[in-house]
Amino acid sequence: MTTTGAVAAKEVVAPLPEKASRLTRERVRSAWLFMTPMLVVLALVAGWPLARTIWFGLTDANLSDLEAAKFIGFVNYYYLLQDPDWWNAVWNTVVFAAVSVTTETVLGMAIALALNAHFGGRGLLRAAVLIPWAIPTVVSAQMWGWMFHDVFGVINAVLKMMGVIDKGIAWTASPSTALLAVIIVDVWKTTPFMALLLLAGLQMLPQECYESARVDGVHPVRVFFKITLPLLKPALMVAIIFRVLDALRIFDLIYVMSGNNKDTMSMSVYARQQLVDFQDVGYGSAAATMLFLIIALFTIGYLTLARVGRED
Amino acid sequence: MNRKLKKLLGRLAFYLFLAVIVVYTVFPFYWAIISSLKSGSDLFKVEFWPSHPAWDNYFAVFREQPFGRNILNSIFVAVSTVVLSLALAVAAAYALGRIQFRGRTVLLILVLGVSMFPQIAVLSGMFELIRSLGLYNNLLSLTLSYMIFTLPFTVWVLTTFMRELPKELEEAAIVDGAKPYTIVTKVFMPLMGPALATTGLLAFIAAWNEFLFALTFTLSSEQRTVPVAIALISGASSYELPWGNIMAASVIVTVPLIVLVLIFQRRIVSGLTAGAVKG
Repeated sequence: MTTTGAVAAKEVVAPLPEKASRLTRERVRSAWLFMTPMLVVLALVAGWPLARTIWFGLTDANLSDLEAAKFIGFVNYYYLLQDPDWWNAVWNTVVFAAVSVTTETVLGMAIALALNAHFGGRGLLRAAVLIPWAIPTVVSAQMWGWMFHDVFGVINAVLKMMGVIDKGIAWTASPSTALLAVIIVDVWKTTPFMALLLLAGLQMLPQECYESARVDGVHPVRVFFKITLPLLKPALMVAIIFRVLDALRIFDLIYVMSGNNKDTMSMSVYARQQLVDFQDVGYGSAAATMLFLIIALFTIGYLTLARVGRED
Repeated sequence: MNRKLKKLLGRLAFYLFLAVIVVYTVFPFYWAIISSLKSGSDLFKVEFWPSHPAWDNYFAVFREQPFGRNILNSIFVAVSTVVLSLALAVAAAYALGRIQFRGRTVLLILVLGVSMFPQIAVLSGMFELIRSLGLYNNLLSLTLSYMIFTLPFTVWVLTTFMRELPKELEEAAIVDGAKPYTIVTKVFMPLMGPALATTGLLAFIAAWNEFLFALTFTLSSEQRTVPVAIALISGASSYELPWGNIMAASVIVTVPLIVLVLIFQRRIVSGLTAGAVKG
């Protein structure tokens, strides 16, 4: 772990060069010493399990006896790519991610713009917006599950009162609305996160552009699209990628709201069902590895696009 | 006149929008509280204010499952996760934020990369690891496995924070011949109160809410944490879920979180944005 002091020497201001380089060497040594516990733990709980999962994906491992796993090559992947249930889970996840992140971005932007205006009780409103974020996902799922109840749910009751429907909808059970119900809950739960990230971005924007726009009498909508949105783009891009990565690995909300139901099953739910319920660790690990690859490819692609966009 | 009216209408529309936001964000939790206070057949009537508020559901939650134990489990897991991840992250953040060495950027990117891991992608490997350590159905398995999502952001946020502290602080200590350990504990730690509180709170919430690992690595209802207990509350059949109990349990575990979040709301917002915007 010896690192030359050439790069590091700049930072330390000790007067004598020899002393400086000795000091630098010492500091670099202690840097590694201080980082080692964190790196060891991360390797143990992230690197090693990931490597094992990838390996299990190439074996016929079974949950009851992991030691007996035999290497079988890409057989799991061969079956995985032919399984309509897997493609159904991929489709559900993609629809879920696309629809919920888009809605969250638009709604979050509207809320952020409102919170950025000056009015009495702004602090109170910001606190109210934080509430859905603070509620555990499992609790949100149960709360909304109760509100969506087909016979006694408050949502059906209100819709009936308003005359929109005359018979209760089985929101979480019927194939046509199950995914929509999950998306509604996710939007409710994560829009605050989006709104607060965008609000922080809005508050960092330079005020001069707005002043001159106001002097010139530019319409507020035009100001938003010509000034706010381009300036906010970096913050927006970061917020969106965080949310998309979260949405692609969604598990708890869907699992608690509708279990292993095929209408809502995401890739994570599919993989866990294979791994735990069917005890098929080999096949389930292959599915989990696929999800990992999809997320990794998406991240790399997104970052590359963002970089190209910045250079233009 | 016309212009005044237009302005007034605009103002009105704005406040209406604000009211809609408040109702939208607050109503579901309000409804959970109201439902938890309805007992017997009241639960199945749609009333926006309980006509006979009762605490029956709250007693039932503790009577029908070891919910008190589940709460203690969650507190133990969340607190131990916070302590362990802060201890590891402070040391690492000192190295990454204050000392120039080759490979620092690569390490930071690697740590950030871990935060993008889907939990399911490490599930089977983690399960094997936990079983071989003899930690299956043990709360320590959760403390250990939760490091995968608490370490990346605690390291990142604390590194950013340490990097911005003035250089002179440390230089004086170095001239006095202080060793790195002394520098971290005596010079930096006293200044890091706000950053530690923010990251600690975020780690606490993440650990308190986690579901997938808690569901997979514990077996008996005595070892379950709160989210698993609430998800698995069941009735005589899947059509007779005890919704009153579920709502009462939900309110019990959420109220402390909401209080914490409202007290620390400024810190949380700055912590979230420090992690995301600067990252």
